[in-house]
Amino acid sequence: MKKSKIFWIYIAVALVVYAIVELLIVNGQLDMYYSNLFITIAINIILAVSLHLVIGITGQFSIGHAGFLAVGAYISAIFTTNLGFPFPVALIIGAIVAAVAGLIVGIPTLRLKGDYLAIATLGFAEIIRIIFLNIDYVGGAAGMQVDYLTTWTYAFFGVLITIIVIANFTNSRHGRACIAVREDEIAADAMGINTTYYKVLAFAIGSFFAGLAGGLFAHNFFIIQPSQFGFLKSFDILIYVVLGGLGSLSGAVIAAILLTVISLYLQDFPETRMIIYSLVLIIVMLYRPSGLMGTKEITDFFKFNKKAKGGKVNE
Amino acid sequence: MLTINEINVFYGNIQALKGVSLEVNEGEIVTLIGANGAGKSTLLKTVSGLLKPKQGTIEFQGKTIAGKAAQTIVKAGISHVPEGRRVFSNMSVEENLDLGAYLRKDHKAVAEDKERIFKIFPILLERRKQLSGTLSGGEQQMLAMGRAIMARPKLLLLDEPSMGLAPLMVKTIFHTIEEIRKEGTTILLVEQNAHMALSIADRAYVIETGHVVLSGLAKDLQEAEQVKAAYLGGL
Ligand SMILES: Nc1ncnc2c1ncn2[C@@H]1O[C@H](COP(=O)(O)OP(=O)(O)OP(=O)(O)O)[C@@H](O)[C@H]1O
Ligand SMILES: [Mg+2]
Repeated sequence: MKKSKIFWIYIAVALVVYAIVELLIVNGQLDMYYSNLFITIAINIILAVSLHLVIGITGQFSIGHAGFLAVGAYISAIFTTNLGFPFPVALIIGAIVAAVAGLIVGIPTLRLKGDYLAIATLGFAEIIRIIFLNIDYVGGAAGMQVDYLTTWTYAFFGVLITIIVIANFTNSRHGRACIAVREDEIAADAMGINTTYYKVLAFAIGSFFAGLAGGLFAHNFFIIQPSQFGFLKSFDILIYVVLGGLGSLSGAVIAAILLTVISLYLQDFPETRMIIYSLVLIIVMLYRPSGLMGTKEITDFFKFNKKAKGGKVNE
Repeated sequence: MLTINEINVFYGNIQALKGVSLEVNEGEIVTLIGANGAGKSTLLKTVSGLLKPKQGTIEFQGKTIAGKAAQTIVKAGISHVPEGRRVFSNMSVEENLDLGAYLRKDHKAVAEDKERIFKIFPILLERRKQLSGTLSGGEQQMLAMGRAIMARPKLLLLDEPSMGLAPLMVKTIFHTIEEIRKEGTTILLVEQNAHMALSIADRAYVIETGHVVLSGLAKDLQEAEQVKAAYLGGL
């Protein structure tokens, strides 16, 4: 089957899923609790897929993704609640500001070879959290009142756009360059690939979508607080990617769905939640060290010809 | 074709190349031999832009390339097969070759070149869908060379292509190097296997702790006592 045809089939399936859920919500079969669950899943998928591009595809270890989530959340909230902008515009502004933050963190650190990004992102996320904690304009520690605007429709199309953009990027010439960087940065350099450019580009795209997720997240409840964007949040997102399998987009999606559902049922026992999380991780690392999906995609199981691994590269 | 003049290269405070000058003419195979840590790989990395010289000049076809970005140098026509092969393990053989042509826009000629490489290395054709990390050492070396040739270089930099290979495979690799030269690519070859390298090279340089200590025609160096004693194992 032609690639474009397969692409449209996926889109059609996704739209059917969207329509069914939307109908159930409109008709009241899904109450607030469940519609909220669906929206949370969508937000976490966006986070997982955006970090997957940075870690799984480009091989750059970023452990402060919640920092970009926070930037998108606060900026979009300021634009809707304080400045009265329409929600979609605020979402885009939040994402753009997060991408700019990504450039500011990424450009100096990604020029170097080695894991400087991990330290820089960790520090960045903490700094962002502390900044919001100390700005009265956004409520400080008490948090910021935000209009409740996120709907299943916004969340769904957020996921759809994120996946389409990142999957297409991965399968393009640019994505191939990113995978080469992940595989061997020196060899990629020797091929004439501008490795710094691609590391920064992937990181900025990842930050952009984390910012988009932030906008959806902020408007999905009536309040946001700096404490929601701490290291544990970054860690959660990291787990989606590692558990799903480094290099597998569908793995990241599946892990995000699974873990969101699990943690919902465990939300009244936060300590138990961390224990179960850790156990799940240990078990996966013992029995499937390369994650649930390895570098495979779910589509690989429907194909007979074996394709390249890890953000498959199409001929 | 390539003129290196008095370059000094540092890793932090450690000076790895001390006033090295070297010349490669079009159509030649030039080999650079020397003990471990002499600075051979450093020299190749400096030519291909992975390292920048602190002082000195490097000219390729009359243009300065010292300090230029690696992709500019690849575009100018220099391909580097780094030490230890460094294939992209989780990609297939064919995808590795495609990445070798990353900077090229002439898709038809790229496809032809790929066929040509499959002729030079038939095993790669057989394994074209296989993940390159699962190839044998010798096969990976062939892939690394094929990948570099995909850039259609005028000058090919080879860093120890015989490393870790069985004698028969070493022979094959050296034979291929001669074939590649016949097709019009100039070669700068770094080798530990001085015997083989001198037997296929036109000229040679001997490098010791960052200095060029000897240079000349390969067949003369094969006879030189100093080389025999230090690199050819024996008298
Ligand atoms: N990344 C690095 N950082 C610091 N020193 C380095 C680095 N790479 C190489 N060196 C040092 O520079 C010197 C030259 O190294 P180089 O790799 O060029 O040697 P070589 O001639 O290729 O040796 P071999 O035959 O073992 O590959 C050595 O003393 C080495 O320790
Ligand atoms: Mg070396």
